[in-house]
Amino acid sequence: MATQTPVPAAVDQTTETAPRRLVFEVLQDWISTTDHKKIGMLYIGYSLIFLVIAGFEAMLMRIQLAFPNNHAVSPQAFNRLFTMHGTTMVFFVGMPILFGFGNYLVPLMIGARDMAFPRLNAFSFWISAFGGLLLYFSYIGGDGMYGAGSAPDVGWWAYAPLTAHAFSPGHSTDYWTLAVFLSGIGSVGTALNIVTTIISMRCPGMKMNRMPLLVWLYLSMSLLTFVAVGPLTAAQIMLMLDRYLGSHFFDAQAGGSAVLWMHFFWIFGHPEVYVLVMPAFGFASEIIPVFSRKAIFGYTAMVAASIGICFVSLSVWAHHMFTVGLGPAGNAFFTLSTMAIGVPTGIKIFNWLATIWGGKVHFTTAMLFAVAFLFQFMLAGLTGIMLSVAPLDWQLGGSYFVVAHFHFVLVGAILFMLFAAFYYWYPKMTGRLLSEKIGKWHFWIFLIGFHLCFDLMHIPGMLGMPRRIYTYEADRGWFLLNFLVSTGAGIQTIGTLIFVFNMVWSYFKGEVAGPDPWDAWTLEWATASPPPAYNFATTPSVASRRPLWDLKHPEDTDGQYE
Amino acid sequence: MSEAAVIPQAQVGEWKLPSKGVVGMACLIIAEAAIFIIFVVAYLYYVGKSLSGPTPKEVLEIPILTSICLLSSSITVHYAVSSLHKGVRAATSLWLALTVLLGGIFLAGTGMEWYKLIDPNDGHAPLTIRTNLFGTTFYSLVGLHASHVIIGLIMLTLALIFSLTGKLNSMHTEKLEVLSLYWHFVDAVWIIVFLVVYVFGR
Repeated sequence: MATQTPVPAAVDQTTETAPRRLVFEVLQDWISTTDHKKIGMLYIGYSLIFLVIAGFEAMLMRIQLAFPNNHAVSPQAFNRLFTMHGTTMVFFVGMPILFGFGNYLVPLMIGARDMAFPRLNAFSFWISAFGGLLLYFSYIGGDGMYGAGSAPDVGWWAYAPLTAHAFSPGHSTDYWTLAVFLSGIGSVGTALNIVTTIISMRCPGMKMNRMPLLVWLYLSMSLLTFVAVGPLTAAQIMLMLDRYLGSHFFDAQAGGSAVLWMHFFWIFGHPEVYVLVMPAFGFASEIIPVFSRKAIFGYTAMVAASIGICFVSLSVWAHHMFTVGLGPAGNAFFTLSTMAIGVPTGIKIFNWLATIWGGKVHFTTAMLFAVAFLFQFMLAGLTGIMLSVAPLDWQLGGSYFVVAHFHFVLVGAILFMLFAAFYYWYPKMTGRLLSEKIGKWHFWIFLIGFHLCFDLMHIPGMLGMPRRIYTYEADRGWFLLNFLVSTGAGIQTIGTLIFVFNMVWSYFKGEVAGPDPWDAWTLEWATASPPPAYNFATTPSVASRRPLWDLKHPEDTDGQYE
Repeated sequence: MSEAAVIPQAQVGEWKLPSKGVVGMACLIIAEAAIFIIFVVAYLYYVGKSLSGPTPKEVLEIPILTSICLLSSSITVHYAVSSLHKGVRAATSLWLALTVLLGGIFLAGTGMEWYKLIDPNDGHAPLTIRTNLFGTTFYSLVGLHASHVIIGLIMLTLALIFSLTGKLNSMHTEKLEVLSLYWHFVDAVWIIVFLVVYVFGR
């Protein structure tokens, strides 16, 4: 059995009352930083700003749709709103906030002092950040020479030939394609960094089969990013060539194919969903065991399922295109492959349930969000299976049913797990716990708003309400449902504001956390909160998957069972 | 819940991990390969679908000489790395210079090919990126590859300058090896592009 001689984590001798630094010094420190923790927090802060902006856009859309024959915003503005909402949420909220958590947590969890390439890390963040600024600069600069357009209004898929010069004059679409292109470069850079860090910077004893599951999921997610974002980058280059140099990739008049763009976009688009959801799986795989006071059930199966999702998710993209008409062979293949991806995800759900089963469950706010995630992700998966059946998809494709389905994944699963992650790791990042009392209010209000909004949204879809519709006639029978959906959106906004308040209040008044407030088992809790710049005073070395358990229970270490 | 953080220290045997540079370059190659695959798919999808001429058969000549040059540069860059590993500086500079020269010949060949294709006085209808689908896919795929050759040449030239000024020694073997991996990738991509554009597509 491994003998352990623990050493103190930090030898930081800074006095508590160090002189206040000038604002400029602080600013310079953050802008020029290459510390993975600071870059992680920059990512998170930047995404939260965009989350508020894109959430505001969603609210405007819901106000417009709350009543029939409404004209709260103009039809042109409405097109811009759903384009900007989708693009922002996927590329400038979802990706960066998950990369932010990855940046912060992965080196700490594997006992490293920084990412493998710190300067590349800073570069990736800033290029993504400028991509986001470029997207929003389009509100000012998109006018171009034609006086047409302001922000992009081509939808977040930007289907050809709508993006061609003839149909999208001005520069708005150029801003869209450049912003997405830059975000893609940033994503590949960070993914490269995460993979290299995980492969080459693990602390002694941290074999691949001893890594925390979150690290495994970030590894899978980053590998998937390479193969998913590559096609998107290629398609953006083609679109730019079409728009700037007059080439004909997606120009039907010269024989080009609009369907090719759809294929290229969805070869990116579907794996992207898994890129976004896998970190959420990672958070769940850390939070659920700690608050069930049990080791994760089926570690090996979880890892295998993650890798399985990576592979299967690359063969399902055309289920977004059933309505195009793929022919019987295509329909059958993509229906089956889409159903097959339910298997590894199902394995994960069962493993989380088995982890909770028989555990001594602590219902902290983080755990509440994680449990809600389990239910909601399963429901989202079930509507996904419905949509995978090509004939049903012909009925429901392009309707509000689809909108409800993917918001169940993106909000019900990913955002809920992100909230859980905030409640769980906020003390590590700031040194203070988020208020549990405010947190419970946040959870219940957001949960009610979420279900009011997105449960009911399925129904207008089944009644035939198309997505992206600007307004509807009063006699369609969609009014009450839409009104309730909009009310739900408003309640979620209130829930989010409570969360923002909690973050600010707890930063100043929250309970001091100490290094390990949850009695957890992974290495990030073996440092001070917040961790010193060098993370670990000495390099840790581990002998099992739960090094801090071994430390706290030397009489019953994990190594005997693994 | 412990009040002070403690770092676990377990007894661990010998601990060796893969090199950061090699893993990072492998990741970059995967991501780049995904981009190239999409361009290759677009090329194959549009073969023979142009609504107007010129066709590949009319205007394309097979660039055998320059292809041989590019592929041999993989061998020379390999020798540059192994000379550096052995610490033979003069040989490193020589092999690097040869690599840059061979890569440069390839790039010049592509330039001349493009010039002839675009030139209207060359006895055939001029081909630009706007002419037809063949022009669109040809210039973008070959151009994407050529831009990778340019990036590789810039880095190899830098390495050559460092080698000539004596700043390169056997400590830098791994760095040069990572660069050589990129160069091998660029060469491997050319085999695919060559087959797609000049063999199957013609």
